[in-house]
Amino acid sequence: MTPLVTLESRAVPLLRDNIDTDAIIPSREMRSVSKDGLADGLFAGWRYTAIGGREIDPAFVLNQPESKGAQILLGGSNFGCGSSREHAVWALAEYGFRVVIAPSFSPIFQGNCIRNGIAPIVLPREAVEAIAAGFADGTPVTIDMPSCEVRMGLAVFPFSMEDEARTMLIEGADAIELTLRHRAEIEGFFARDAAVRPWIYLAD
Amino acid sequence: MTEGPLTLAEKIWSAHRVMTLESGAEVIAIDRLLLHERTGGVALKSLEEAGRTVMHPSRVFATMDHIVDTFPGRTDKTLMPTGTAFIVSTRESAKRHGITLFDIDDPRQGIVHVVSPEQGIILPGAILVCPDSHTCTQGAFGGLAWGIGSSEAEHVLATMTLRMNRPPDMRVTIDGVLGEGVTAKDLALHLIAALGSNGAKGHIIEFAGSAVRALDMEARMTLCNMATEMACAGAVIAPDDKTFDWLEGRPYAPKGEVREQAIAAWRALYSDDGAVFATEHRFDAAEVRPMVTWGNSPQHAAPLGAPVPADALSKADQQRAVEYMAVTPGEPVEGLPIDAAFIGSCTNSRISDLRRAAAILKGRKVAEGVKAICVPGSTQVKAAAEAEGLHEVFLDAGFEWREAGCSMCFFAGGESFAPEARVISSTNRNFESRQGPNTRTHLASPETVAASAIAGRIALVSEIAA
Ligand code: SF4
Repeated sequence: MTPLVTLESRAVPLLRDNIDTDAIIPSREMRSVSKDGLADGLFAGWRYTAIGGREIDPAFVLNQPESKGAQILLGGSNFGCGSSREHAVWALAEYGFRVVIAPSFSPIFQGNCIRNGIAPIVLPREAVEAIAAGFADGTPVTIDMPSCEVRMGLAVFPFSMEDEARTMLIEGADAIELTLRHRAEIEGFFARDAAVRPWIYLAD
Repeated sequence: MTEGPLTLAEKIWSAHRVMTLESGAEVIAIDRLLLHERTGGVALKSLEEAGRTVMHPSRVFATMDHIVDTFPGRTDKTLMPTGTAFIVSTRESAKRHGITLFDIDDPRQGIVHVVSPEQGIILPGAILVCPDSHTCTQGAFGGLAWGIGSSEAEHVLATMTLRMNRPPDMRVTIDGVLGEGVTAKDLALHLIAALGSNGAKGHIIEFAGSAVRALDMEARMTLCNMATEMACAGAVIAPDDKTFDWLEGRPYAPKGEVREQAIAAWRALYSDDGAVFATEHRFDAAEVRPMVTWGNSPQHAAPLGAPVPADALSKADQQRAVEYMAVTPGEPVEGLPIDAAFIGSCTNSRISDLRRAAAILKGRKVAEGVKAICVPGSTQVKAAAEAEGLHEVFLDAGFEWREAGCSMCFFAGGESFAPEARVISSTNRNFESRQGPNTRTHLASPETVAASAIAGRIALVSEIAA
């Protein structure tokens, strides 16, 4: 995973509430047993003029020239609700987004973001709206993970994020590798627990 | 160890704590991992690509439900153009890693949240995870169960743990008695309408109170199933004799002496008096009426006969929903003509659901022009229903009778209802295009779905009784 320390980019506003994972990546766009090849289907229902088509709808914000190359997405509350499909995050990542800022996230989506190198940043609605207002005139937005700040011009928006999540994003760490360093503790736990709750431990 | 009164979720959580990391996050032991072909195959493939192995394959189970089609005589072929690849990949990976698979032709096959309880895979006090958002269904058995992403599933495959912080506790207490003909589905929609689609964000909800204790196990599953529509981190109901009896004799549930030992431990699984919840809500079951949704979020729900909010057009998300669903603010959705009726999904496709729907359909016919489909939640449910002759009731009424699976609970690029079709559905999500491109889904209980199918319009059971 590529570490995410600081980043400067435009922030694309998509401030609808309850943007669900079906909207982020419609299930019909998930065609292979793979994490790749999803960027094309990102927001397909809104990005293209017809269901299943590829004709660009110029009215959709992602299709506006100002959005080109943007790595920050602004969303409404309960962002990423609905199906737990991780494809939604894979599609965002492959498209090039590293940060999503919203007033709140669905917990499953939030966890998926962190595991895939995308920072889910919670800011109050007014802050998200203030950042969105800078989109039209191309004001760049800075994400500073070590100091937990989003900055735009003179405005500073502090955010909080669990240490574990922030460390993983900053280091670009693989959670499995980190956990397997504690393999002995894990096996020790199972051995002790099997004596207490034998009904849990089926024969391998 | 923590002193003082504990919540049920806290008791289960602390029994699974392997260690606390420097960051403050905890490494939590996972008892059971479930996979299905839609998201499980990807996790297994990704694990293999990273050169890792499955730590405890005996505690991992996989089923075919999401993509597999539900037509009689089905094979690996699917209507979804690339669906076969998901099925084959999951099957081959499961075999390679020694994971128990309930394959297409296996009598144990079905929707993951239906087959796990059926097989006794979820148990009281256990922690079970699955890359599927309706995993909280299984909290009905007094274990903690929640949906995870594919990467987390990969983490569980490799380490049989998750790294996370304990979610805060919420208690939703429902006392009183549900009215005649009011079901767990109606109760769930009532709670979601009241608390909102973000109302339980990140919390583990414990459903408590006399109305919850009065629910049978299948109704408890329906209630816990819908909890995810409030953005919860999990849902749980304290186990009781109903739970223990329901699990008795199930293939993976403990037997004999071990069962006695287990039950003794399970009896300690309740929230202590004085346990503190981050949030508490109380409801009166008597106030719940048969519910139906009018919009594109389960929170857009109202009692049958009640109007769509008159001010819906002045609220952004509601405005979009009103336009998408082609409903009228200030007027009820009851009476709107329907194109299709669907009974199925991990919410309402168990034997008790099918019995209640069949009781309404018996001796009646689905209205002309309505496409009506019943998809049992598992092959076992299907067999049990057929043994009772329920399939004949459905078929005689004009319903299709399918093989078990998720089917048109969601459109995965395979089968779907017609564009803009108005569908009354016993499922859990009414999102845009959930059941096919531009379909208009109204969520309701299996009873209301059956009654509406007969009436040809959204209708209460009492309206067709004659
Ligand atoms: S029945 Fe529907 S909600 Fe349940 S697991 Fe299948 S697709 Fe998901």
